[in-house]
Amino acid sequence: MSGSSSQGSLHALADRWLPKLVLSPTLAASLIFVYGFIAWTGWLSFTESRLMPRYEWAGFVQYQALFENERWWTAAANLGLFGGLFILFCLLVGLLMAVLLDQKIRAEGMLRTIYLYPMALSFVVTGTAWKWMLNPDMGLQKVVVDLGFTDFTFDWLVNPDMAIYTVVIAGVWQSSGFVMALFLAGLRGIDDSIIKAAQVDGASLPTIYRRILIPSLRPVFFSVLLILSHIAIKSFDLVMALTGGGPGNSSDVPAIFMYQFAFTRGQLGVGAASAMMMLFTIVAVLVPLMYMETRSAKRV
Amino acid sequence: MKLKRLSAAVLAASLFPVAAQAADVEVLHWWTSGGEAKSVAELKKMMSAQGVTWKDFAVAGGGGDNAMTALKTRVVSGNPPTAAQIKGPAIQEWGAEGVLADIDAVARAGNWDKQLPPVVSRVMKYKGKYVAAPVNVHRVNWLWANPEAFKKAGATVPKTWPEFFAAADKLKKAGIQPIAHGGQPWQDATLFESVALGVGGADYYQKAFVKLDKATLAGPTTVKVFETLGKVKTYIDKGAAGRDWNLATAMVINGKAGMQFMGDWAKGEFTAAGKVPGKDFICTDAPGTQNAFTFNIDSLAMFQQKNPAAVQAQAKLAATVMSPAFQEVFNLNKGSIPARLDTPMAKFDDCAKKSSFDMSAASKGSKLVPSFAHKMAMPSATEGAMVDVISQFMNSSMTAQQATERLARAGAVR
Repeated sequence: MSGSSSQGSLHALADRWLPKLVLSPTLAASLIFVYGFIAWTGWLSFTESRLMPRYEWAGFVQYQALFENERWWTAAANLGLFGGLFILFCLLVGLLMAVLLDQKIRAEGMLRTIYLYPMALSFVVTGTAWKWMLNPDMGLQKVVVDLGFTDFTFDWLVNPDMAIYTVVIAGVWQSSGFVMALFLAGLRGIDDSIIKAAQVDGASLPTIYRRILIPSLRPVFFSVLLILSHIAIKSFDLVMALTGGGPGNSSDVPAIFMYQFAFTRGQLGVGAASAMMMLFTIVAVLVPLMYMETRSAKRV
Repeated sequence: MKLKRLSAAVLAASLFPVAAQAADVEVLHWWTSGGEAKSVAELKKMMSAQGVTWKDFAVAGGGGDNAMTALKTRVVSGNPPTAAQIKGPAIQEWGAEGVLADIDAVARAGNWDKQLPPVVSRVMKYKGKYVAAPVNVHRVNWLWANPEAFKKAGATVPKTWPEFFAAADKLKKAGIQPIAHGGQPWQDATLFESVALGVGGADYYQKAFVKLDKATLAGPTTVKVFETLGKVKTYIDKGAAGRDWNLATAMVINGKAGMQFMGDWAKGEFTAAGKVPGKDFICTDAPGTQNAFTFNIDSLAMFQQKNPAAVQAQAKLAATVMSPAFQEVFNLNKGSIPARLDTPMAKFDDCAKKSSFDMSAASKGSKLVPSFAHKMAMPSATEGAMVDVISQFMNSSMTAQQATERLARAGAVR
């Protein structure tokens, strides 16, 4: 009897401590490797660091150098353009595909897999494939010209004013399937009886979607925005593979800027300052979003 | 105190078991492509003949960016390799971090000051002491031309800028792309610096891009350089954006394009395609740059070693790198020319011979200038800012005047 009771207390002890024990390495690792390094980068951004880290305080000189750099503003403007359009089109295309797939059509499973498949590719593959397709000398333009439409031009990839939009195209192609999957899951989670009740009340299908289904997808919108906005802000590999930041530096984004200044130009301080600016951008987008999401969750 | 230092040394040694042992040399480099790898294998052979074990530390990719990242981690952790492939003012930047080794004794024994052109030896020294050994010299201000394309168009290979534009017009009329170019920032800068040297001359180049003199950079010569570059731009096809340099060279090889501005590493592409210099392709100075020479030198910078045996091995490495035997065999494989002026050139091809001859001539006439597009002339921050301006000019409708103003501003970035 006494054996089983001590076993019970052992169980209780394990129940209390085991989860914490198992989680602690992960917690320690993320404290050091995420928050620790964020703090280190923040510190470096206030020093005179050039080729290698140095730790004398230098105030805001690196931020000043950053804000005087025209290339930084090109990168920042491109991020705004790319981020805005990328998120907008991913939401629109994803939602549309989800609604269409939701119509209990045949072969839905297959279609869903096809649309979701780009998600399985890395951004490097997406970028390289689209680079070939958009290249005026061997891609889409050449195909259409060879078909006989000799006036056709589609040279966005090599046009400094339009190159950033090709990144939007490739990004939307890659990510909208994933957005669709999230929305579809959200739609399927809605109680059928609500729809039936609406139908009994005589609401048409578009009205049901507009007034009932899409508004109840509100939490899904938050998750999607959360995921897409951080994909947009940290985007590096897609731009690198597709345009390399070019032509010139017309499709530069902050992540590429940061990498080049910190690691190839011996301006670690400026690189660290731009990394901090990226962090602030993420915080500025995510904190209100998360606040609104938790508030709406409480209300429900 | 002594004990403390000893225990610290023991601790350091036990912490870093990968540190170069007694007679080892560990060399960080990114000579990994065909001809380059062959060249490195020669150095390895020569070192093991002297009883020194070679530990290869090759980091490929990114034009050395990846290797530099690896090097930084090693130096920060207090465990630097024996030597690393570092060039130009970057040697000064590393010297300022206080991590490079003084190899002046080796240099004095080998009489390096006599063997190297003064412009070159200056790059190898930090505060008057040798800290690096040069392995080769690339010439950047070359113009590569396809003689058959020129014959078809009835044009002659140009020596001046007016001749250049006349030839380009004829090529265009004959349906041949006049200039093969790749729209990557470093290629734009390579083209720019050949134009600058041709239009402005060596004195202007020296003042503007080596001394970074603000008045010269903002002056009318720079405007003229940009105007010429803007004209050159019109002979480049739209598909050039992001094209790799060797694909552009291939366009000259197969006669799709007439000319290319590129350093002498382009020769490797021609010879790999079975072409013979002088017959199937022409190497000549970029227009207006006769007798001038923009150099791009690869060198091995030496890092401070704790172990005395490692210091000895390092000295052997430095001496071997500068030996005529190594300079000859390395450069025969790589397509560049030896940094030592007295290396026999008999085994080299015509382009290399011309390059070597021009280098000594340019050195005497003080027309031997460092290539800034290849990180030889200015701090990397300044170079980056200038390249940004140049590639923006190449890819927008910026006027020559605006570009000059921006370039002058970029020249002040440190």
